[in-house]
Amino acid sequence: MEAKDTNISALCTPAAGEGGRTGDWRDVRPVIDQTKCIPATKGKAACFLCWLYCPEGVVTMTIPVQIDMDYCKGCGICAEECPPNAIRMVREEDADE
Amino acid sequence: MMHEVIWHGRGGQGVVLAAQILAESAYIQGFRGVTSAPTFGPERRGAPLTASTRISDEPIRTVSQIERADIAVVLDPTVMGIVDIFGRLKEGGVVIINTPHTADELSINGCFTVATVDASGIARQQRLMVAGAPVVNTPMLGAFARATGLVALNCFEKGLKKKMPADRAVSNFAAVAAAYDRTVITPKEERD
Amino acid sequence: MAAYPITPQASLSEILSRYVEGGELKAEYVRVEGEHSAMTVCISASTVGARVFTATSSNGLLYMHEQLHWAAGSRLPIVMCCVNRGVGAPWSIFNDQQDSVSQRDTGWIQIYCRDNQEIIDTIIQAYRIAEQVYIPVMVCYDGFVLSHTMMPVHIPDHEQVRRFLPPYKPHTILSPEDPRTINSVLFPWRRENPQGVLCDGYMEMRYKLQAAFETARTVIADTNRAFAESFGRDHGGLIWTYMTDDAELVMTGMGSIAAEAVAATDMLRAEGIKAGVVGIRVFRPFPKDDVVRAFSRAHAILAFEKAISYGYEGALCSDLKAALYGTGVNAPIHNYVAGLGGRDVKPRELAEAGRNAVALLEGQTMKNETRWLNCYTG
Repeated sequence: MEAKDTNISALCTPAAGEGGRTGDWRDVRPVIDQTKCIPATKGKAACFLCWLYCPEGVVTMTIPVQIDMDYCKGCGICAEECPPNAIRMVREEDADE
Repeated sequence: MMHEVIWHGRGGQGVVLAAQILAESAYIQGFRGVTSAPTFGPERRGAPLTASTRISDEPIRTVSQIERADIAVVLDPTVMGIVDIFGRLKEGGVVIINTPHTADELSINGCFTVATVDASGIARQQRLMVAGAPVVNTPMLGAFARATGLVALNCFEKGLKKKMPADRAVSNFAAVAAAYDRTVITPKEERD
Repeated sequence: MAAYPITPQASLSEILSRYVEGGELKAEYVRVEGEHSAMTVCISASTVGARVFTATSSNGLLYMHEQLHWAAGSRLPIVMCCVNRGVGAPWSIFNDQQDSVSQRDTGWIQIYCRDNQEIIDTIIQAYRIAEQVYIPVMVCYDGFVLSHTMMPVHIPDHEQVRRFLPPYKPHTILSPEDPRTINSVLFPWRRENPQGVLCDGYMEMRYKLQAAFETARTVIADTNRAFAESFGRDHGGLIWTYMTDDAELVMTGMGSIAAEAVAATDMLRAEGIKAGVVGIRVFRPFPKDDVVRAFSRAHAILAFEKAISYGYEGALCSDLKAALYGTGVNAPIHNYVAGLGGRDVKPRELAEAGRNAVALLEGQTMKNETRWLNCYTG
């Protein structure tokens, strides 16, 4: 039997995906060139401007930097802000090929 | 007889406008009943969404949402993996897809007539671009005319003029006509 | 507690603020710039677990309208007094019930009181009702007619009230350790949340409120019974009756106008007319089964109302007719609009209307029309 909500007023718990799978909105996706990305090339925590500017909070502050494609809307702000131009926005239909 | 059309695309691609132009043009064609509607609710740029058009010989009384359409028009092939387009299409219905691929390459299962046209390619060729993206909604009207035969090209020409400034109507109609010519129809009997 | 003063509610909020200031009442009195804010403060405080109170009248209640829906939709057990007053325009500070009757469909329980003892007792009952069914309760009483009329009242003992009224348990505890978003948008459809739980759509939430109203009938009746046992005063559950056992002519109304009908009944009984009264104490949930029983032997029914649904008739009369439909109660129902904007309603006027109804029983067909008592235009 499926779990059913028994709340008598409209309540929800903050959780990833509560607003829907926003990755479905994306028609271009960010692709990181790790040979240009500053933390990857220096091998230490640095730059992370993509993490700082991402309006969706889907970029990790890790080496290498990772982007959660389930919720990345493909806005392209990370690519715009990346100092060494390591992030390229690729059309979704081309990205899979 | 009533023809129900569901338009699939993404927020910002002119899905709702295409549904409206089709209704407008069908009225000019002589259909007495036409309606067009967006999906009710908030719309977000990039998010998959639908719009609908109903075309009928008699005035239309229903304003409910279409359960299963006779015709599905897909403006953006990338929504096909996200949205169940064929689940909302009647068996034996027509699906019109913006794609450079052929019906066989798309490997569509089910009893549908498939019409394909590279609307994005036509728009790029004709430099019909908005904010760096090809305009695909109006070329798909040409593919609709070809695949269904419900509305003649000259009615779309008039319909476009009612929905946009004259100069834009001219450039958009050129794309409509090109799409009409390049639409490839694979009847359901000839598939697989 | 949050209230904005308005006549004739003002004396109530003034005295309560004095109690708070003097330390007699352990409460925080939030001063606000209007009634919309007063209700918003109550909603917020109730959401985080406080027992709250507010009061208003007339246009003040109308100004709250949007938040009344919000309180009910959030299922918050807020208790509010509506000191009934006519609404502007034209401006009036005097009594009628157009203010609360026009808020009938906001999802609040509405209880109408007929004397001052009933007001204080009903407020105590209201908390117990609201906190069981999670529906806000509006305790309505006639402005000036009751609010500014002094009469002896027994003030219940604190300890006894505490025993009758257990501490408020919110249906949801909001806490930073277990965060919740409340009242975000609900869609026309149901949906599965990220935890895999199937959540209600808007319509299911509305259904739950209506279902709670159905339960509320029993809760209101039980609460009245429990109150009568603890305090020795029975104000009636959903309705109260006066001499209805053998009554052929039954008068009905809400609040003080029903009390006037009691006086009118005594006059008519003295003349040999078998009159009686059904006082509608609870307007929402409507006491549909109780009225069928109470009117089952009536030959004629008179509904006196201090409000009207413009373009038709008194709202109580419409509800009454609907409740009696198909039940075999076929007595003619005479609707009277009375006492708007504070025009005094006298027992002799109600008695006269009763005599006319009796005269009309002699073979005359009744017209579906609403009469205006003691109104001389046109």
